[in-house]
Amino acid sequence: MPYSIIDKIWEAHEIAKEDEMSLLYIDRHLTHEVTSPVAFSDMKKKGYKVRRPDLSLAVMDHNVPTDSKVNPTIDELSKQQMDALWENSKTFNVPLLDFYSPYQGIIHVVGPELGFSLPGLTIAAGDSHTSTHGALGSLAFGIGTSEVEHVFVTQTLWIKKPKQFKIKINGKLNKGVSAKDVALYIIGKIGTGGAIGHIIEYSGEAVSDMEVEGRMTLCNMSIEAGARTAIVAPDEKTFSYVKNAPLAPKGSEWEEAVKYWESLKSDPNAKYEKEIEIDASSIKPMVTWGTNPAMVIPIDGEVPYPSEVKDESLRAEYERALKYMGLNPGQKITDVKVDYVFIGSCTNARLSDLIEAAKVVKNKKVSKGVKALVVPGSEWVKRTAERLGLHRIFIEAGFEWRHSGCSMCIAMNSDRLPPGKRSASTSNRNFENRQGPGGRTHLVSPAMAAAAAIYGHFVDVRNVEISEVV
Amino acid sequence: MPEKIEGKVIPLPLDNIDTDQIIPAQFLRFLKKEGLGKYLFYRWRYDENERPKADFVLNDPRFKDGTVLVSKKNFGIGSSRENAVWALTDYGIKAVLAESFGDIFYGNSIKNGLACIKLPESIINDIIEKAKEGKLTVTIDLLNKKVVYAGKEISFEIEEYARRRLISGESEIEYTLSHYSKKIEEYERNMKSFVKTNFNEALRKLLEG
Repeated sequence: MPYSIIDKIWEAHEIAKEDEMSLLYIDRHLTHEVTSPVAFSDMKKKGYKVRRPDLSLAVMDHNVPTDSKVNPTIDELSKQQMDALWENSKTFNVPLLDFYSPYQGIIHVVGPELGFSLPGLTIAAGDSHTSTHGALGSLAFGIGTSEVEHVFVTQTLWIKKPKQFKIKINGKLNKGVSAKDVALYIIGKIGTGGAIGHIIEYSGEAVSDMEVEGRMTLCNMSIEAGARTAIVAPDEKTFSYVKNAPLAPKGSEWEEAVKYWESLKSDPNAKYEKEIEIDASSIKPMVTWGTNPAMVIPIDGEVPYPSEVKDESLRAEYERALKYMGLNPGQKITDVKVDYVFIGSCTNARLSDLIEAAKVVKNKKVSKGVKALVVPGSEWVKRTAERLGLHRIFIEAGFEWRHSGCSMCIAMNSDRLPPGKRSASTSNRNFENRQGPGGRTHLVSPAMAAAAAIYGHFVDVRNVEISEVV
Repeated sequence: MPEKIEGKVIPLPLDNIDTDQIIPAQFLRFLKKEGLGKYLFYRWRYDENERPKADFVLNDPRFKDGTVLVSKKNFGIGSSRENAVWALTDYGIKAVLAESFGDIFYGNSIKNGLACIKLPESIINDIIEKAKEGKLTVTIDLLNKKVVYAGKEISFEIEEYARRRLISGESEIEYTLSHYSKKIEEYERNMKSFVKTNFNEALRKLLEG
């Protein structure tokens, strides 16, 4: 029987089956301060231990202040959760990258860049965007807190094998079009529930051409189409990305690993419950106009007319979204002004994202009245960007250059979009109130966000002057 | 856990209710799961001065004693926060009926005894219509996989694992430990050597430069 990469990794980790559920062994478990405290307290109460601290990694990311390591702005509740993670990691002997660690960052940035996440593994984390790690060719699941506890105690997870959804992206992407635009385009096409109950496997020329960090953006955003997770088969690009990671296997273990990873490609006749093909050349830079990522249009598009929507509940949803976003049907998206620009999050705050944004920003100034910030995905990304001089490009243009964290993607620290204010954001969710109560979010790529910062409104980045930065 | 769940229906006829709406991120900063019911649908339920909004269903006196939420497509999509389930159960919700659910939310609901039942669009619309006046009661029969309301009996599909767990309410961790500890140990003995890691040791080396 032909196997997909999903079947291959699944079978290699399936310990048992009961009814429709499989018990999967989990090779890597990442945890952060927000979804872990209830799991740890219950473990204390019941006398459980972390079964494999060596396969676990705790990182502070959601609540961490990004303004300063010396005089950070932090509220009492956030501090309590960070302190709890510190204490729990000591109690349970779990390695921790705390607020002051030079390797702290967003778990989905830190895992791959350190080589903690590797191809062919099963990975779990109490965070929906764990799908990001699938870009390395691993099966990576976002889980709830009860499951976090289950993984800590047993190093396994009960999970129903999802259906498989192949998305083949043919041809080449146009200049100025990034993985983020591809992701938004696909979500716009299949909807927020389009991949519920499925694992997406991305393939095709545009995916092969894509650098690993772009694939991470693609897999990261798959959860916004409802996918259980997403994966890209590992190739030479993956191997060289992983090889550079400080914790990657070395010597004979590296040889053994690569040999295994090379065997993971989907067989030619592998079966998928759903398949679609997409023409990469038809994708333009995308901007969301509404309150979920499927409400998206190309940069030369107009805000839709709800009256033209046939489905009654979708029409009501469009009307509600337009009201919340303060937009009018027929409005050109390029006429929409922004107050805030946020370049950050597990979706788009890796080095390549910052380079793409810096290329647009170099020798220009942030538009008057726009507050713009760059929040690198990890302290390592921050240091590397500084070595390349990217921070100077951003700072001279008028951006704030921050420390790493989830920041204004989820607004759990003090980085918030004020009520009624509009952002161009490289994050993953434009839900109501997501970036701050009453805030209005438009999701875009890093280059598009940078361009919006310079012009004060959305512009087609394909028409903007691009400078070399590295 | 009961084999039957009975309660008054609260209609929330919207698609794509994400977990950020069920409980906003600012209420994820507590160290315990109890007491989250007051933050359920916080931004839809209260205005900026924390006064109840009259037009939201949970503030309508007719639905005050409701325990079965009925919604439309993709309920619970988005973030993995189990706090969304905890907020619903703490408020008193015992079951959610919808056309479809976000995968992670659905998994979380089972672990907390919240019955999430998938029903076809026509049935959901019918229940929502009949529930408008705040007088509709529905019974979810987990044993016979039936939803009963207004004299109608509708069969539903549910994964056997989910149904069993909802009825028994037993701890999944205890179950795994008592039935599969040996198999887990056996698996670990045969793990590929590159999978093993010694992060603390590697990190120490990294920090020493």
